[in-house]
Amino acid sequence: MMDNPFTHKSWSPYVVGAAIGVLSWFAFATADKPLGITTAFENTAALVEKAAIPDFEQANEYYAAKAKEGKSPKVDWEWMLVLGVFLGALLSASLSGDRTTESIPGLWRRRFGGSVGKRFIAAFLGGGLMMFGARLAQGCTSGHGISGALQLAVSSWVFVAAMFAVATAAAFMLYGKEGAQHV
Amino acid sequence: MFDEPTKLALGLLTGIVFGFLLQKGRAAKFHVIIGQFLLKDWTVVKIMGTAVVVGSVGVYALVTMDMASLHVKPLLLGGVLLGAVCFGVGMAVFGYCPGTSVAACGEGRRDAMVGVLGMLVGAGVYVALFPLLQPVIKSLGDMGETTLPQLTGTSPWPWVVGLAVVGSALLWFLRHGPKRSSQGGDDSAHADAVRKQHDFSAAE
Repeated sequence: MMDNPFTHKSWSPYVVGAAIGVLSWFAFATADKPLGITTAFENTAALVEKAAIPDFEQANEYYAAKAKEGKSPKVDWEWMLVLGVFLGALLSASLSGDRTTESIPGLWRRRFGGSVGKRFIAAFLGGGLMMFGARLAQGCTSGHGISGALQLAVSSWVFVAAMFAVATAAAFMLYGKEGAQHV
Repeated sequence: MFDEPTKLALGLLTGIVFGFLLQKGRAAKFHVIIGQFLLKDWTVVKIMGTAVVVGSVGVYALVTMDMASLHVKPLLLGGVLLGAVCFGVGMAVFGYCPGTSVAACGEGRRDAMVGVLGMLVGAGVYVALFPLLQPVIKSLGDMGETTLPQLTGTSPWPWVVGLAVVGSALLWFLRHGPKRSSQGGDDSAHADAVRKQHDFSAAE
């Protein structure tokens, strides 16, 4: 059993990358879809807002605009993809004993201390800002960074270059050169 | 409200493989993502670079054989640039990207679970502000769903081959190039990462 690759905690990033490349062939061939995560979040939020607030659908041009494109929010291929990512990671981590209950990553603790509340507030706000940005740009590290880039989309290469530059600057400001020594 | 069952099943299957790979690639870990932006741990670039090089060959082959079509996002420069700024700052604070945060939830990471709730709220803010955001998104023009070959009026194949050559050279350099402080070949990088995780656990 020692040689079962599924029980290993990590695989070579080149093997993982190549397999994700082949997986994108599969997605295009079987569903005619690029791999992407954030559209499903937008659809879920749109369905919740429509259900929670009466007249939201009439008041907000969003639903009319999406209906016109034939992209009304629903539980679709992308939605199941996100659910699958959760299950696949759960499976992988369970097989290798890499499951954790960690709330504060070590590098964060070193820089910002051991307050769980502080880390959770930052994660909530950071996650929210990131998703807002992904919807403004119509893609994320998967939709633009992998799927868009491999289709040679101009929008995706612009997004990846700008996002990487901003995130690098932000990471050095937040965690500093000192943080880099502890990665 | 629901797509047809076959599509849903295919999406789930594709997602399970994707999540499995992200977890095995260690991309669902805060220190790997932040390590990339601190230019110390090149795992994320290696995974994404290899995926793009391998992916482009097959996807353009499928498109050439009429077995798939391109799905390119429009070049709305205002939305793409402002989006990239929000995304970059948010990701540096959160420490996961959208796909890897969902994978990190599967790994059990509590901060990623909180962040995913924040992501739903962020998506909700976008939907609620949709009419107000349109002028901002379109502020720097709309160049349409353009690819690099279309923009330059060339065949995609020189681009796909060029990307494979340049990408492979860069990835080869990352693996075999001059050693950085904590960066050796792949195996030593893995060993380093594993050892450091133990350091962190021991320190806590």
